[in-house]
Amino acid sequence: MTVALSVKEIASKIGEAIPQTVTSVADGSITVTSQHLFQVAKFLKETPGLEFDFLVNISGVDYLDYIEVVYHLVSLKHNHSLVLKTVCPDRDNPVVPSVVSLWRGADFLEREEYDLVGVRFEGHPNLKRIYLWEGFQGHPLRRDYL
Amino acid sequence: MEKEGSGMEVASFEWKNPLDNAAKLDKAEGLAIEQLRAQPQQRCPDPDQWLEQELKHNIIVTSVDAVINWGRRYSVWPVSFGLACCAFEMIALAAPRFDISRFGMELFRASPRQADLLIVSGTLTWKMSPQVKRVYEQMPEPKWVIAMGVCAISGGTFAQSYSVVPGVNCIVPVDVYVPGCPPRPEALLYGITRLHDKISKDSFRQPK
Amino acid sequence: MVLKAEPMLISMGPHHPSTHGVFRMRLVLDGEVITDMEPMVGYLHRGIEKLAETRTYTQVIPLTDRLDYLGSMTNNWAYVLAVEKLAGIKVPERAEYLRVIMGELMRISSHLMAVGFLGNELGCTFTPLLYMFREREKIMDLFEMVCGQRLTYNYMRIGGLSHDIPEEFLPAVKKFVAEMPHYIDEYEQLLSENEILLARTKGVGILPQELAISSSVTGPVLRASGVKWDLRKADPYSIYERFEFDIPTGTVSDVYDRYLVRITEMRQSVRILEQAIKQLPPGEARTKVPLLLRPPVGEAYAHIEAPKGELGFYLVSDGSIAPYRCRIRAPSFTNITALRDMLIGWKIADAVVIFGSIDIVLGEVDR
Repeated sequence: MTVALSVKEIASKIGEAIPQTVTSVADGSITVTSQHLFQVAKFLKETPGLEFDFLVNISGVDYLDYIEVVYHLVSLKHNHSLVLKTVCPDRDNPVVPSVVSLWRGADFLEREEYDLVGVRFEGHPNLKRIYLWEGFQGHPLRRDYL
Repeated sequence: MEKEGSGMEVASFEWKNPLDNAAKLDKAEGLAIEQLRAQPQQRCPDPDQWLEQELKHNIIVTSVDAVINWGRRYSVWPVSFGLACCAFEMIALAAPRFDISRFGMELFRASPRQADLLIVSGTLTWKMSPQVKRVYEQMPEPKWVIAMGVCAISGGTFAQSYSVVPGVNCIVPVDVYVPGCPPRPEALLYGITRLHDKISKDSFRQPK
Repeated sequence: MVLKAEPMLISMGPHHPSTHGVFRMRLVLDGEVITDMEPMVGYLHRGIEKLAETRTYTQVIPLTDRLDYLGSMTNNWAYVLAVEKLAGIKVPERAEYLRVIMGELMRISSHLMAVGFLGNELGCTFTPLLYMFREREKIMDLFEMVCGQRLTYNYMRIGGLSHDIPEEFLPAVKKFVAEMPHYIDEYEQLLSENEILLARTKGVGILPQELAISSSVTGPVLRASGVKWDLRKADPYSIYERFEFDIPTGTVSDVYDRYLVRITEMRQSVRILEQAIKQLPPGEARTKVPLLLRPPVGEAYAHIEAPKGELGFYLVSDGSIAPYRCRIRAPSFTNITALRDMLIGWKIADAVVIFGSIDIVLGEVDR
């Protein structure tokens, strides 16, 4: 049974290792600041005992005040899971560091979120539109695209 | 790159990877799609002049026509153009249970230059539309188009989407519409027999 | 005379007889050998995630049918599980067993297609495919008996199934389950020891284990790379803990292993079906759920082991009748992340076979 780890414990572990990154712990997920996302992800992947080696999904959600990027992580070794979130308060230019160097699977997932929601992933080797064609105006999955 | 063999000199030069220019290629393709989309959404008129002429008894199908039409309608070769779910009902039609081979149509040609019939089965998106137009233009006359499934007829379930063409007759003229989501193989077969009827009323003197 | 050589850029697809739908690859070739490649998708992008935001929770179910159109039942199941998790709805026992029966029948049908089209790509055009179509038509008859449709079923509902099975269904399934192992033996006899198949698939398209895990590959491709990860055992959903079955894994992670994993999974599915039919209890097929369901504010992620891999739905609800965000985690989309590494160095003919062995469906990739 994949165990959803206790978010408070993980948040405190992250807080010890990389201070002042976790902004909130609620609803079974941990929210971190977008600048520190890469370090937190690296910590989660490499710490023995956590070892989240499998990235399941990246989603971008447009809440009207901010854009949230949600990462679902799973550890195949220990069979536990975690939900990591980060928030971009600036809707016109949301930027999040890319995790492609940690998990190769993030390649296409990040391109998809860039295409549909408009989140730029810094450090992605090939950030261009994947579903829509070059020259398409706008990002369809935003709530203000009609 | 020096290669030995047949005494030829090979010019050595830098081995550039064409994919480095991928962005330029993408831009050009995107431009083509935007141009197609920007054209006013007028439907291509359905080729149904034969209906009026039949009513007016203007056209007389001679025995030469009858022979040619017999040859054409019993060996219509489709181009394999399955886009989405409807493609599997088309393949099921080619399978032994529903057997399109009894009509001489089991040869799905890969190249449009060897085919007569374009069965557009599945949702057409704007990104794909230049390719449909290209495939249609590559087919030699006489050629026919069947729009299979509601997505090809009018956009179907996805008609309100930002990337779906509302019906393939925005791009190519359609002869037979087969509704269904997906239409059963027997329904598609009925559509094909209607197309055969249409072909039998053609005259080779009448330009299409 | 001076011979000039340069790499050639060709575009394979989107209209191509061997790509499973409208998939496009830009290949850079040195003669016949592939030196670089770029997959391009989006030719079937229909905006399902955006459309789902404008429909009620029940109206999204037919949209999910069209994702992996060879596995409609499992698509429906994943979505309905996510809504039930979000709203806290419990499903009656009989509905759970029937869902398992439908899911496993769907898995057999999907794997039949995968193996059949792999045969096509190797060049034995149509013979194995038509044999497998014969069995697939039997499964489609069973589904037609239940819900009236052959391809996009729209059978599962929030809280159970849309209606109970008719009387003639169970005897027909029992007959099918009794004769299916004999048919799988027939396929193995045709294909598994075939010299040409062995020569063309053994050692071809190897996906190392670390690359597979890092590229978020799931499903038979991951299991063929030696990772024993199947959501039915690792994170059991529905009632899968009550059934006994094995998970086949591969050793060399080449195309032949993926083919063997799929054939063995079909046998295991038949095993699960036998147990489910025996244990099927009487009862209701659906719990009562309001017509316009308003789940509480929150989010839920539910995943199942679809025939192609891990299919997941991440639903965000804001308390209204339509989902706020419906994010679909499609297995075929992440499975092509590793395609470039698998293809470089092989010839075009191998490219077709390797690509076919991953078994993608463009409806899922493009959504």
